[in-house]
Amino acid sequence: MNASESIGWWGVVLGIFAGALRGGTPFLLVSLGECLTEKSGKINLGLEGTLLMGAMSAYAVSYHSGNPWLGVIAAFGTGAGLGAIHALLVSRPKVNDVAAGIAMLIFGSGLAFYLGKSYIRPSAPQLPALSLGGWSELPQLQAALKLSPLFVLGAGLAFLLSWAFNCTRWGLRVRAVGDAPVAALALGMSVKKVRFVAIVLGSAIAGLGGAHLSLFYPGAWTEAISSGQGLMAVALVIFARWRPVHCLYASMIFGGTQAIAPALQAIGITSGYYLWNAAPYVLTLVVMVITCSPKRTLAGSPGALGTSS
Amino acid sequence: MSVTIPPHVRPKHPPDLELVGVTKRFGAFTANEAVSLKVKAGTFHALIGENGAGKSTLVKCIMGYHLADEGDILVGGHSREIRNPQDAYEYGIGMVYQHFTLVPAMTVAENLVLSRPDLPAIINWRNEFDRLYAFMRTAPFQIDLDTPASQLAAGEKQKVEILKQLYLDSKFLILDEPTSVLTPAEADEVLGLLRAKVVAGELSVLLITHKFSQVLNFCDDVTVLRRGRQTGSGRVKDLTADQMAAMMMGGQREPKIVPKAATAPGPVSLALRGLCADRDNGVPALVGVDLEVRAGEVVGIAGISGNGQRELVEVIAGQREATGGEIRVQGEVYTSTRAEACRHQVFLLPEEPLRNACVPHMGVAENLALRTFDQPPLARAGFFVSQARIRAKGRELIARYGIKTRSPDTPIGDLSGGNVQRAVLARELGSGTARVLVAANPCFGLDFAAVETIHGQITEARNRGVGVLLVSEDLDELLALADRIVVIAHGRFVYETTPATADITTIGHHMAGH
Ligand SMILES: Nc1ncnc2c1ncn2[C@@H]1O[C@H](COP(=O)(O)OP(=O)(O)OP(=O)(O)O)[C@@H](O)[C@H]1O
Ligand SMILES: [Mg+2]
Repeated sequence: MNASESIGWWGVVLGIFAGALRGGTPFLLVSLGECLTEKSGKINLGLEGTLLMGAMSAYAVSYHSGNPWLGVIAAFGTGAGLGAIHALLVSRPKVNDVAAGIAMLIFGSGLAFYLGKSYIRPSAPQLPALSLGGWSELPQLQAALKLSPLFVLGAGLAFLLSWAFNCTRWGLRVRAVGDAPVAALALGMSVKKVRFVAIVLGSAIAGLGGAHLSLFYPGAWTEAISSGQGLMAVALVIFARWRPVHCLYASMIFGGTQAIAPALQAIGITSGYYLWNAAPYVLTLVVMVITCSPKRTLAGSPGALGTSS
Repeated sequence: MSVTIPPHVRPKHPPDLELVGVTKRFGAFTANEAVSLKVKAGTFHALIGENGAGKSTLVKCIMGYHLADEGDILVGGHSREIRNPQDAYEYGIGMVYQHFTLVPAMTVAENLVLSRPDLPAIINWRNEFDRLYAFMRTAPFQIDLDTPASQLAAGEKQKVEILKQLYLDSKFLILDEPTSVLTPAEADEVLGLLRAKVVAGELSVLLITHKFSQVLNFCDDVTVLRRGRQTGSGRVKDLTADQMAAMMMGGQREPKIVPKAATAPGPVSLALRGLCADRDNGVPALVGVDLEVRAGEVVGIAGISGNGQRELVEVIAGQREATGGEIRVQGEVYTSTRAEACRHQVFLLPEEPLRNACVPHMGVAENLALRTFDQPPLARAGFFVSQARIRAKGRELIARYGIKTRSPDTPIGDLSGGNVQRAVLARELGSGTARVLVAANPCFGLDFAAVETIHGQITEARNRGVGVLLVSEDLDELLALADRIVVIAHGRFVYETTPATADITTIGHHMAGH
């Protein structure tokens, strides 16, 4: 408390910064997964369920094996599995992806709560942090710079995806399938295969977000662990205009606003705590209102999104 | 029994291609029945037939886009199984589809590169651009490589589609009505260039077209389809246009030309005052255009595609917001709302009707009712929509306009290109109450009988006192229909003339922006 007081408002800034890195990581991974999925022309609203299943399975595997990295792999695999179910569902004619996604959301979270009941008490080995703050004397800065390895992975992935969408055959094909499936078909692509891969991979990446939740921050398995972050990530993708690197910035902003209330509390400002907690949601709305325009469709929105083709 | 021996090297020379008894069914409907056709290596072959005759379906079977139910496809004398366009590519066969196959969100460069089936897993854009620039130096027309395809006008898209096939170095080129949105001069240039390659033995071409002049000027052989069956074929030099028309229609027929009545133009029905609009990327497309269209007058807008015509029609249609100026209809300010369109009876035949004027997954009858479904008699008490009445009204229009569809409930997206166009025409002109009509390239992709029908309808509307704004890239069409012709270039009206005094070279000069 003393240290916090000694640096005053800088503590709030640091708190928000730390929150952006830590709390923003699940947003980052889920939004990258959703971005990849939506680029292929389908939407996956079930990623909230994927996030919970990822958190639960990572925690369980880490607890039983004693190796948190096996937990991360489990989260990735669970995400891929849920993604495969969604991909198979939406590849059927006349299956609406929004409805299927909501079903997957309920299925994923229900399954996670059911299977995760026995893991609420025990504590599982956590992921090691990458400490980049050794050069500083300030304990707050040191704490803020204890990075999640999954944040580093996600940040790298954002740039990798952005490059892949522009400079790889696979990336161009995903975009083509998402924007003009009929044209893609005429070019000899298999729309179903490309979408399957994009949805499965996207869901697996979102599963990693779950591993960050249960194995790094907050670092335990509870049923309230995701608190709708998987759903907010969908809005975040729109906010980021379907650009992976913008997903990185956007999730940092969302993670940061989430940390406003705790950071203020740390320096003794407790009034409006719950109001500040609503900041990410208010931010979502404000951004949507400012950036939307009746004159043009959202730049970057994949053409096949929300259609039945 | 077909043997598949995928050649590991793509052919360096055009292959012989032969279809034997190809049949293709969609459910209970037979689109092609036992069609046989032979294209000898290094020849230019025409495939003609009315709208819905099954031309596109047949060539899609060659491309592996559809799988034929019966029959054989022989490439280079061997029976081949072509299961997808990739297989077709391996045999050196490429096609320009009737509906555009560009990915709208991608740039022209990305679209060209994406079409390469041998695309490496990781794209080195510097190399690709070197290749593209080298290719563009030899290309028959120039398109900016960095423009997103969504911002190209129909004619430009068509050019990119053709460029794409040339870029892929296809040896057997199928063109499904490739020249419908090119100006006649451009079309002749493109076909002339392809013809030169054919004569040099580098290429075979199978051309689907509705224009007899193109068959007569560029093709060696012709095959005629009628209702899915082959009803004639032969060497072009042994045939006349009338003989080919007879094979297409199943008998001789008299042309029905509606004469323009000598009426004096009435009051101004549509006026544009200083109208400005931007392209999607914010670049001005229209820079303050003024125009008056009087009742009983057809004003034609001539121009090379991409000079602001698309934006002009979109602003009048209400698809795009004007950035300045105003539109007046019958003297009142017009903002393109549904209520205003209904009150002033403003109707539209936009280009690419499937995209701009239809809901592809809805039935033909429902699409025909889009203007009136919420008004009596189609809606009861202004609220309850009657499906039965929509279907009955749909049947009537389908019969009156000769729309070829299996039922009023067939999704309009399944209709052949020409029949989609007819359906939109039926909806817009069927009620006969129009007072203003805006048409953009209304005959894009129509067979000669349908062109006659539409030209007749437009002239009749004009004679009834409708003010018609006709935007067209086909000068012959404008010369035949318009009372005045205005040339648009770079978003401005630069020249005005009448068909009687028009000089093609002067118009061409102004179209090019000089
Ligand atoms: N995917 C499909 N499903 C069902 N019916 C189809 C499909 N594609 C085409 N048809 C039908 O097959 C018939 C032939 O269509 P096709 O597109 O081959 O005509 P076309 O000769 O190319 O005509 P146009 O000159 O108007 O382009 C039409 O009646 C059409 O409705
Ligand atoms: Mg066709």
